[in-house]
Amino acid sequence: MGSTFAEKALARAAGLSSVVAGQVVDAKPDVALSHDNTAPIARIFRAIGLEKVAIPDRMCVTLDHAVPPPTPKHAQNHVEVRAFVKEQGIQNFFEVGRGICHQVLSEEALVLPGQLILGADSHTTHYGWLGAFGAGVGRTEMAAIWATGELWLRIPESMKVVVTGRLGRGVTAKDLCLHLIGLLGADGGLYQSIEFHGPAIATLPLHERMVIPNMMAEFGAKNAYLPPDEAVFNYLAERRERRAPLAVSDWQSAVSSQRAVIQEMALYPDHDARYASTHIFNADNIELKIACPHTVDNVRPLREVAGTSIQQAFLGTCTNGRLEDLAAAAEIVQGKRVAAGTRLLVIPASAEVYLDALKAGYVQTLLEAGAVFGTPGCGPCMGVHMGVPGSGEACISTANRNFKGRMGQPDAEIYLASPAVVAASAVKGVIADPREIE
Amino acid sequence: MTRRKQRGGWQGDKVSVSQSEIKNLQSKIVGRVWKYGDGVNTDVIFPGKYTYSVKEPDEIAAHALEDLDPKFATAARPGDVIVAGRNWGNGSSREQAVTALKYKGIAAVVAKSFARIYFRNGINQGLLLITCPEAVEAARSGDAIEIDLNNNVIRLTGREYPFPPLSPTALGIINAGGLVAHIRKKLGLAGTEVIATGSGD
Repeated sequence: MGSTFAEKALARAAGLSSVVAGQVVDAKPDVALSHDNTAPIARIFRAIGLEKVAIPDRMCVTLDHAVPPPTPKHAQNHVEVRAFVKEQGIQNFFEVGRGICHQVLSEEALVLPGQLILGADSHTTHYGWLGAFGAGVGRTEMAAIWATGELWLRIPESMKVVVTGRLGRGVTAKDLCLHLIGLLGADGGLYQSIEFHGPAIATLPLHERMVIPNMMAEFGAKNAYLPPDEAVFNYLAERRERRAPLAVSDWQSAVSSQRAVIQEMALYPDHDARYASTHIFNADNIELKIACPHTVDNVRPLREVAGTSIQQAFLGTCTNGRLEDLAAAAEIVQGKRVAAGTRLLVIPASAEVYLDALKAGYVQTLLEAGAVFGTPGCGPCMGVHMGVPGSGEACISTANRNFKGRMGQPDAEIYLASPAVVAASAVKGVIADPREIE
Repeated sequence: MTRRKQRGGWQGDKVSVSQSEIKNLQSKIVGRVWKYGDGVNTDVIFPGKYTYSVKEPDEIAAHALEDLDPKFATAARPGDVIVAGRNWGNGSSREQAVTALKYKGIAAVVAKSFARIYFRNGINQGLLLITCPEAVEAARSGDAIEIDLNNNVIRLTGREYPFPPLSPTALGIINAGGLVAHIRKKLGLAGTEVIATGSGD
């Protein structure tokens, strides 16, 4: 009997030769992530009775959830986080404006294939795009990891999702995820490791792959996994070399050495691994999709909700705030204006995305169309600030959650869609199909 | 103990657990079965309307399973075992859905499967949760049940049902009374009292 990705990755993290689904192990995460919640976690950590964390080198801390701070209380929280980071000697700290944790850790190549990353953030599933095991944990659990360097984990059962064919024109990984969640429900992948396989996945560009494990948090998943390939190894190798150069004089051989090490770490499930279920989809048949208020599994084809009036269009978040997402939106709004009575809010997922979008001209195109830009970070996704909708308003967003009140206003409606749909809707003032924008 | 006093500012509830209780938990549980079905959610285990108003352990215990089985909170005895179907504890992440049973003295929940957050909350708050679909099929309310943690087997109606072992750490957390208490003990910081954390995500 072969092993699934989850069984292999958690066996490695637990220092065991093999494990099976259902077993509970003590796993040592390679990376422990926290963000603005670092200060409250530090209070729990001190309640344990300790002063120094056991694993400063494995910790990553970003300020991203309320940046720049909207209130004195938020600012004070950041002050506490900075003091803790300094006191504990944590090197991997990323300041206000650097970007959203999952985008930043990806860009910095701090997580590698086959590694275990645990984050005090439910979208830590994100790192499956590079073949790592990423899972969200609670605050008390993160304090426990800081204290001991390990956490107990139950080996999840695995679901195999095979996507054949190829996504059609204008159809994105976001639509694929909404299709899956709409079909099987928000608990369709409960407690499971969701493995994605098949030609439609292998041919996806990297920015699209990043969407999939991120969205699987809305499927109830513990983690998700895409098989890492050359494109992933190259992405990480170059970034790793820029971050921590090897003592090799020429760039090409340094990068290939980095790539060799990274590739060696990759894990792939065995052909005879046991899956709790297998689902096969043909990408050719997947339409443009919208998640309607107030649950992510309330999914309908775009054509059924097209024409619905919106007041705000939000392009950003860890799900869909990348360079290619801004490019897709810029292409739609080029030479047009955001509709009267509608706001287009753009928040790049990171400073790197912002700068690259500026160099490529996307920022100018979007600004000329009437877009408003915010500081790289989570923005209004969970209703903290920088673009919270008003009562009775509707917002179409590229984010991952549309729960009632998620963006801060229970009387607002949130629709989730791909970046091009959000941009097209901003131009039309109603939910619109980007393929119909002239 | 002195160290704990010096630091002060503890959050959460203090629960006394005697050494004998810990020993019992480590080896064998003997109790009666309370049997329930599939998909029991946290709202019926501990209603959401009480989450911010009911805070004392006894009060929390008094509302356990209120909207599922109104006689449970009065008739259940310490050491009893809940046996349930699939996806026990789905819904909210509220930790009272675990602590209500723990404060009631429930020794363990045996289910076909647990909702992810409930399972983690259970272990981290010191409630024994066991996945064993075969035992669930066999159990009826009122049956005598024995959970043998040395041999990882449930004894019920004259038969044995094995279950996958918990790691030493998970068992240690349950025995200590919760994750924070466990770590304090592991690092040599534990006093005579066990601290159950009140926080969660």
